[in-house]
Amino acid sequence: MKLELRGITKRFGPLVANDRISLTVEEGEIHGLLGENGAGKSTLMNVLYGLYQADEGEILLDGEATRFAGPGDAMAAGIGMVHQHFMLIPVFTVAENVMLGNESTGFAGTLNIDAARERVREISARFGFDLNPDALIETLPVGVQQRVEIIKALSRDAKVLVFDEPTAVLTPQETDELMAIMRQLKESGTSIVFISHKLREIRAVADRITVIRRGAVVGEASPTATNAELAALMVGRPVELTVHKDPAKPGADALVVRDLKVTDATGHVHLESISFAIATGEVLGVAGVQGNGQTELTEALLGLQAHVQGSVELDGHQLVGKSVRKVLESGVGFIPEDRQADGLVGGFTLAENLMLNRSHGKPFVRFGTIRRKALEAFASDKLVEYDVRASGIEATANQLSGGNQQKVVVARELSRDLRLLVAAQPTRGVDVGSIEFIHKQVVAARDSGVPVLLVSTELDEIAALSDRIMVLFRGKVVGIVPGDTPRETLGLMMAGERPEGIVA
Amino acid sequence: MSTTAKVPVPVTEDDIAESARRGALKAPIVLGIVTMLLSLLVGMKGREGDTSFRFAEPTDFFEIPEITVPSSPSLTLIVILLALCTVASAFLVSRGRRTPLWLVGLFAVLALTGFLCWAAAGETIPVIGLIGGSIALAVPLVFGALGGVLGERAGVVNIAIDGQLLFGAFAAAVFGTILGSPWGGLVAAMCAGALVALVLGFFAITYFVDQVIVGVVLNVLVIGLTSFLFVQLLAKDTEGLNSPVHFEEISIPGLAKIPVIGPVLFQQTMLVYIMYVAVFAVAWALYRTRWGLRVRAVGEHPKAADTVGIKVIRTRYTTLLIAGLIAGAGGATYTLVSVPQFGEELTDGAGYIALAAVIFGRWDPVRATLAALLFGFTKNLAGVLSVIGSPVPSQFMLMLPYVVTIIAVAGLVGRSRAPAADGIPYRKG
Repeated sequence: MKLELRGITKRFGPLVANDRISLTVEEGEIHGLLGENGAGKSTLMNVLYGLYQADEGEILLDGEATRFAGPGDAMAAGIGMVHQHFMLIPVFTVAENVMLGNESTGFAGTLNIDAARERVREISARFGFDLNPDALIETLPVGVQQRVEIIKALSRDAKVLVFDEPTAVLTPQETDELMAIMRQLKESGTSIVFISHKLREIRAVADRITVIRRGAVVGEASPTATNAELAALMVGRPVELTVHKDPAKPGADALVVRDLKVTDATGHVHLESISFAIATGEVLGVAGVQGNGQTELTEALLGLQAHVQGSVELDGHQLVGKSVRKVLESGVGFIPEDRQADGLVGGFTLAENLMLNRSHGKPFVRFGTIRRKALEAFASDKLVEYDVRASGIEATANQLSGGNQQKVVVARELSRDLRLLVAAQPTRGVDVGSIEFIHKQVVAARDSGVPVLLVSTELDEIAALSDRIMVLFRGKVVGIVPGDTPRETLGLMMAGERPEGIVA
Repeated sequence: MSTTAKVPVPVTEDDIAESARRGALKAPIVLGIVTMLLSLLVGMKGREGDTSFRFAEPTDFFEIPEITVPSSPSLTLIVILLALCTVASAFLVSRGRRTPLWLVGLFAVLALTGFLCWAAAGETIPVIGLIGGSIALAVPLVFGALGGVLGERAGVVNIAIDGQLLFGAFAAAVFGTILGSPWGGLVAAMCAGALVALVLGFFAITYFVDQVIVGVVLNVLVIGLTSFLFVQLLAKDTEGLNSPVHFEEISIPGLAKIPVIGPVLFQQTMLVYIMYVAVFAVAWALYRTRWGLRVRAVGEHPKAADTVGIKVIRTRYTTLLIAGLIAGAGGATYTLVSVPQFGEELTDGAGYIALAAVIFGRWDPVRATLAALLFGFTKNLAGVLSVIGSPVPSQFMLMLPYVVTIIAVAGLVGRSRAPAADGIPYRKG
């Protein structure tokens, strides 16, 4: 089926999320939709899927204008969507999820679960998936859950399939498998819209690429375009895709972690026998697919986890069992993975956010009272130094874009005398310009002799910044390898395999 | 758009085994404590005399003879058996296995028999009256719990059960009198329950107000409203407004003559038979129909339901209204069966016990019903024992249902999980 979007405009109050976007997807084509986080890709797809109503413009399927009042209409018209955050119910079985909203029923609305099982088996067989229709979703790995999403769409005879950032939660191997599935779908005549901000993946699989920036289409490209060309189109100016850094000059080991074990309140083990060391002036990257213990690792270092065994020594001082305040006072800077939940207080001003980790005394508090003048001077300096685009230090944090919010967090953490920097997902959901800036700051911190623990699920970021890379899988260290280890090797390690010649 | 939502970690067999091991320890500990308490009764307050258990009704097909046992020796024997059960449970747990349900059931029956042997020394326990009365007392709790299960499965915490019961009781009294028919009273009660549910839905679903707060406020509002109307209208004209026609007891031919079970289950009022149907209807609808699948989906992950074309808001409203109809029927039990007429604060917090039954029953209609029956039983036990004159102070016996509620909810629920979106309003986009 041929899909055309003509002049789609969607506004949220004063914000124009989509500005007269036009897009054509031919039958049996994989169309890449490339844009930064916040460029308006997901809004556009939600309009297409009937979750939002467009303010202007129209949607044409095989040349006929259609209107979708809700997702039900869109599905009936043959549009399927594989959502970035899976729309699956964890406590339902595969068959129940697939049939939901499209149930075949018998007498008095009785569910015909056998028909749903049969449908799952039939579609799985078509694509060579090995899927048990009665498995509960929550027991399935993320990659398999995504296949359930695909089956869900196909079971409704989707002719146009939208993949919204589908690779964010996958290992490189699973990503390759997904691309194979996409090509298979294309062969069978399905049209595909592939939304991503990852240049390499878009180029690998798309037949044509549309680039959007700030809610508007800025150009079309073919997959033969170079990364640099695409990135420039996406960002609106030439960008440096590689981080310039000198070789590390590691000193003595500063952070030494031995046999770290983290469990949660129910006794579930999240991390086990984690041992590593970071020297001064060195970046240790922690690679792994989301949810393999990275969050617990950074929180354990900071003293945010309740059940921690083993030893964490910073400059010879034990950190395990210390309060968060003591850990911070021993010189640990922390960029948390979720800036909105853990990094900032949304309703506070930038000045207030900048002193959050120094609310106990000097230099901003005297006799329990905030020293306004000192704080204002400090905050104004930092906004300039860290290139934070805001109306001023009295702006609240939630008025800022993701990139500028993150720069505030980075500014706060780096403006102390650090003995260790823990950076968790420092550039997630951040625009390319800010990514460049934050990467430079991390490298600068390293060069000034601070040991850096960098956690990221983006392999590109790990490869760009790390001097050594530690790969986590299911709460264990698969191995610690040099920073120039090939992607393929890292990909295998992220799936839990340890290639020959690598020691844990 | 949230770019930082956490990816759910797959639950592995190991996780389940691990948490099961920790939960499994509770069973032998609780059994041990109960055994110790009963053995204290033997040691410190042994009682002379025999205890009789009467099982028969004159109408039965055949008569089971009365069983009479000597009080103290029986209790001693039972305590020994209880200790054995506890040891067996501890042994199984030490081997990494769970205490089987039948063992817990056996233990409960034994412990109860032992306690009755002791408490009713020198007296006769009317077993049929004890169990049959429990069902009668549990009827409003069961209806309330079913309403609670439905609401919460759709994602709306129904704290207003108590208000629905009370308003239902009030409406049943007034309309049962005016219309001169218990059926008219029942329909009015159901509508009253649905009305309370509609107000709850209006604030909780449409205006995103905190559901617990709205629910509690509604309960207080209904207490105030019914008390006001009672004093102003009903108390002044009892004849014309507060003398409802009651449901008669109906014996089901044949079934009612089965010993023990017959008089307990099949010599009841129409409302009890409606309750039987309601329990199975709700369970069937929730698990076997398209409607039920959609309700559960909306309660677990409303956004996912929305993306497959299910109307979340509408589903929540209809489910909540049905829940209100059911809970309202529970309220009718008070004024159309239990008591002659409506009185202020008639429900005595039964709605909150029904809510506990929902949690104890792990949001499952059949289990919640069983939990409600358990609460009904403890309440009736308190009544029966105070009639036959037990050595336990009556105030303490009156506490029993509430103590059992707390223990049940706090200690014995085990690995239970509320619907994921329970209590969270759905905002589109």
